[in-house]
Amino acid sequence: MSESLVRIEGVSKSFGTFQAVKDVSLEVAKGEIFSLLGGSGCGKTTLLRMLAGFEAPTAGRIFIDGVDMADVPPWDRPVHMMFQSYALFPHMSVEKNVGYGLKHEPMTAAARQARVREMLDLVQLTEFATRKPHQISGGQRQRVALARALARQPKLLLLDEPLAALDKKLREHTQFELMSIQERTGVTFIVVTHDQEEAMTLSDRIAVMDKGQVKQVGRPGSVYEFPNSRFVANFLGSINAWEAKVMSIADVITVDVPILGQQINARAVEGLQVGQSVSLALRPEKIAISRVPVDGANVIAGEVKDLAYFGKDSLYRIALPSGALISVHAVNANRGAEEARVADWNDKVWLSFAPASAILLTE
Amino acid sequence: MFARWFNRRGWSDMVIGVPYFWLLIFFLIPFLIVVAMSFATRTPTAPPYGYGGENPLLNLAGYARLFTDVLYVRAFVTSLINAGVAMLLCLALGYPMALGLTRVEKAWRNILLMLVILPFWTSFLLRVYAWMGLMGSNSWFNRLLTDGYNWLVPQSWAMNNIPLMHTNFAVVLVMVYTYLPFMILPLYANLERLDPTLDEAAMDLGSHPFAVFRDITLPQSIPGIIAGGMLVFIPAAGELVIPTLVGDSSAPMIGRVISDEFTSARDWPMASSVAVALLVLMVGPMMIYSHFQARAQHREKTE
Repeated sequence: MSESLVRIEGVSKSFGTFQAVKDVSLEVAKGEIFSLLGGSGCGKTTLLRMLAGFEAPTAGRIFIDGVDMADVPPWDRPVHMMFQSYALFPHMSVEKNVGYGLKHEPMTAAARQARVREMLDLVQLTEFATRKPHQISGGQRQRVALARALARQPKLLLLDEPLAALDKKLREHTQFELMSIQERTGVTFIVVTHDQEEAMTLSDRIAVMDKGQVKQVGRPGSVYEFPNSRFVANFLGSINAWEAKVMSIADVITVDVPILGQQINARAVEGLQVGQSVSLALRPEKIAISRVPVDGANVIAGEVKDLAYFGKDSLYRIALPSGALISVHAVNANRGAEEARVADWNDKVWLSFAPASAILLTE
Repeated sequence: MFARWFNRRGWSDMVIGVPYFWLLIFFLIPFLIVVAMSFATRTPTAPPYGYGGENPLLNLAGYARLFTDVLYVRAFVTSLINAGVAMLLCLALGYPMALGLTRVEKAWRNILLMLVILPFWTSFLLRVYAWMGLMGSNSWFNRLLTDGYNWLVPQSWAMNNIPLMHTNFAVVLVMVYTYLPFMILPLYANLERLDPTLDEAAMDLGSHPFAVFRDITLPQSIPGIIAGGMLVFIPAAGELVIPTLVGDSSAPMIGRVISDEFTSARDWPMASSVAVALLVLMVGPMMIYSHFQARAQHREKTE
């Protein structure tokens, strides 16, 4: 990791008896897009507000660029925030909004004007400069908020659910725009989001939060593929998870899964002992589905109970003799109303997966 | 026949029509009577006016006197100054109170709001009499002020009592006291709707709390300031009871002049002229304001 910009050391925040953030320690590198991902009430927004200076930590310290932020008020922090509601000033035109923060900079009127032009150019809103916020669309408002927050060249930009108010198509487009703007400006982004797809596409690294605590930090790929708990596995994508018991440890670990009524081979992981209770987790897209019997270690037979057709892929719910249901995702590689599907309702099918795909979780 | 009227359209027309009908009967027609009366000539009959003489239907003598007789000009000036000062003081006192109301916890807010309107629960006259009791030269309040004053200033400036009653100061003081809720309530309604995240956004962009107030809160509260200002200024300018009870009778306000013309002078045409002039003076700026307001709204919508 390159030079760190933000260091959060053991930060907690309580509102009365409610503990919103519990002992969070994080480091964010310069120029990184870092996401705080979690459901509502997980403390991610509180953490963001503490970085902006709107809330003071109950315990712990926050350093930005090496400076302890404890006694620094919001207006003196090298941090700007893009609010979820955008918080554009309704009585000011787009250019006044973008230039608002520059009022406090020691610069000439011409330089200020030039900077506003540059920012409007960056977000492609030059022709809307004299409009009021209520005269432009939601997507344009989002870009005004971004331009306003970037105008003073902050070291750190905080984005609170930056895409939540946009519709799906615009959201996808804006995601890439955000990334390219971040690349061009080099400003460090901390993004708060509840949307795992958004976090995965945008971020260099993700911190998954739950109940005020950071559960796991890492690159999107490693958090998705190597979750450290059932919560993280479930929050990022979907998962099949069952109780299991470690039977033997060798090149592969063999676990007994009572609800499947059989033993499963999983890739070896450190720190497990024979006899230990674990969870076996399987991503639906890592499971192959076949209408003819297959050989191998991890093969489970079942029957198609439900299927949902999404166009490019389908979700199958396979019922086992024990009554358990397994979700399986399969790409619809062939064309045709019937032919596209790998299996049909009530078909007898065989599911198989590589030992490396089986995730063993102790939490 | 009724079925034809009492369909949906008929009902909605009726609902809209009732207040218009009310205003027509109880405002527009009486006002037209007053206007007509202002063009009449004073007669020693009952009612004491008639149409005759040199200009039977359009006697402008009353309006002419408005500009030539110093009494009326002074009364208008006194009224406008008193009402203006009262309005500004109400704004200076009411704005921080209204802003404070939006910043306290919800539970406290209702209690404090009730305290704002609590004075209305007692008779208005009783409250003015209370002020008269306080300001009178023999009251404990006046004696306390006088003692304090005498203690502070050199002996040669000492006074027996501070003349509070029958001054313009007393009129403004009691008007501020009476009309303060009319300033606070519209301001509160306006300020309460403002988005607090806008303040945070301004702070985040480098503004100190005072700059946040100047750039964000104040410009957005101008409609509230105008509404509150009008609610104070208009009744204060035409106020009769307060200047009669605590005011300086040698420099009357316009309400007092109208009342005197109607009653003791029995010059109804003159009283009507003064009333019409006051209305024009009050309604004129209001109409100009709402005209510009409507145009601004129209512009925002079409752009």
